Amino acid sequence: MNIKEIRQDFPVLHQELYGKPLVYLDNAATTQKPQCVIDAVRHYYERDNSNIHRGVHTLSERATAAYEASRETIRGFFNAASTKEVIFTRGTTESINLIASSWGGQHIGKGDEILITHMEHHSNIVPWQMLCERTGAVLKVIPMNQAGELDMDAFTSLLSERTKLLGVVQMSNALGTINPIKTMIQQAHAVGALVLVDGAQAAAHMSVDVQALDIDFYVTSAHKMYGPTGVGVLIAKQALLEAMPPYQGGGDMILMVTFEKTQYNDLPHKFEAGTPNIAGVIGFGEAIRYIQGISLDKIVAREKVLLDYATQKAEAFDGLKQIGTAKEKACVLSFVMDGVHPHDLGTILDREAVAIRAGHHCAMPVMQFYKVPATARASFSIYNTEAEVDALFAALKKARDMFA
Amino acid sequence: MFSLGDLYQQVIIDHTKAPRNFGKLEPCNHDAEGYNPLCGDQLHVYLKINDEQIIEGISFEGQGCSISTASASLMTQALKGKTVTAFEQLFNAFHAMATADMDDKPDEEVLGKLAVLAGVKEFPSRIKCATLCWHTVKSAMDDAAEPARTE
Repeated sequence: MNIKEIRQDFPVLHQELYGKPLVYLDNAATTQKPQCVIDAVRHYYERDNSNIHRGVHTLSERATAAYEASRETIRGFFNAASTKEVIFTRGTTESINLIASSWGGQHIGKGDEILITHMEHHSNIVPWQMLCERTGAVLKVIPMNQAGELDMDAFTSLLSERTKLLGVVQMSNALGTINPIKTMIQQAHAVGALVLVDGAQAAAHMSVDVQALDIDFYVTSAHKMYGPTGVGVLIAKQALLEAMPPYQGGGDMILMVTFEKTQYNDLPHKFEAGTPNIAGVIGFGEAIRYIQGISLDKIVAREKVLLDYATQKAEAFDGLKQIGTAKEKACVLSFVMDGVHPHDLGTILDREAVAIRAGHHCAMPVMQFYKVPATARASFSIYNTEAEVDALFAALKKARDMFA
Repeated sequence: MFSLGDLYQQVIIDHTKAPRNFGKLEPCNHDAEGYNPLCGDQLHVYLKINDEQIIEGISFEGQGCSISTASASLMTQALKGKTVTAFEQLFNAFHAMATADMDDKPDEEVLGKLAVLAGVKEFPSRIKCATLCWHTVKSAMDDAAEPARTE
């Protein structure tokens, strides 16, 4: 794997800020886009732009073919059983809201329990709180330890026949922790609960086989895996989707409408009301093909080397405390520094052209657990280099000296 | 172009490390909570305003970045002994400085030491850090039930 060549694929990386080369280390928030994704989106607007599924003219047929080709690419990447199981959404957040509203509205009642983890992103907390408020169900939380690993004994004891759904993040965006979803899914299924896996952070960094893992609901976003913003996916077992009521009503999700009754369309269209983000879906498919072109296995191996390099540097850096030191983790270095608030770090590093994130990372309960208002987070991707990690630590040293 | 040094002047670093008037003020007759949801900056402001509408006592506590801490610290120094009317003038002058065009010079005559915070205008994501404490004092004076917020 040639990092130099990969970097050539990402036009945004080749610029200077404040006279220094950009070091982009905010990949957990969103990744940059390779030229092929930009070209695919552009090609759609320049050559194929038209609405999909209903047009009989050539442009519509081309657009429909490209849109549905993305669905097949995504099906293959996650090994879903059928394209009927691949529903396009606006992103992970909408996918989870779809499940909470459609499946949750149908299956969750008073006294039922929904089990999530302490390290969920707000998008996998708030929709369930809203559902619990509506239905009288109870939200339970699996605790974690100081390293940022789930307490698996507590998980086992929290499971019961009242548990209707386990919602678990595959990889934490705030800590980098990779959760043992295989075991968790088996245990949850043993008590009759369904499992939702939030793959927003994980999908670009580790392979997922929804059939082998027996995942009921899998959700992720394109923009964290080199694709466009505003598009994501829900992959769910066909039988579940068939039994669920539609999430939104409108065009494209119907077969027949009269004022007396509407007959809903077949899967996956039943859950895709209205004109979707066509260009986004086409770009999403291209992003997956880009990953496949490099090979996800090679990406995983390379990113591990880089995280190990960064972690060693972090351990050797005076006054820096890592937040999240799970044995199984990927691509995220979250930390606080003595005497320098994360937001000051963010500003100081920015002037060194090093882009990191400072804040609560949409995981406020994680901040509460570690009793910090915020953390600084550097997060890595395939195009990052050891030299960029060095630039990060040089900039951190500058910040430390400034407040010394 | 403003450099980092323009933002993180020595005065600001000093106030960050040793904030003045830090802690709870007892007795006080107005107080309010301020919160910046973007950053998680959180502070509490205490005021003692006498019958002549003079700010006799002022203090703050909480946690935040250096800009929000130094701004609150400098603010307490600037407001102690001032009238409520003078606060309003300073509030407006400070707000104008933090959101001014790059070429505008801060009104140092009115602002005094507070002018060291003029650098924030070059850092749009940090302006709210500097203005949070001022909004919080305003809420305290109004005895607002809701915490002050910068957005």
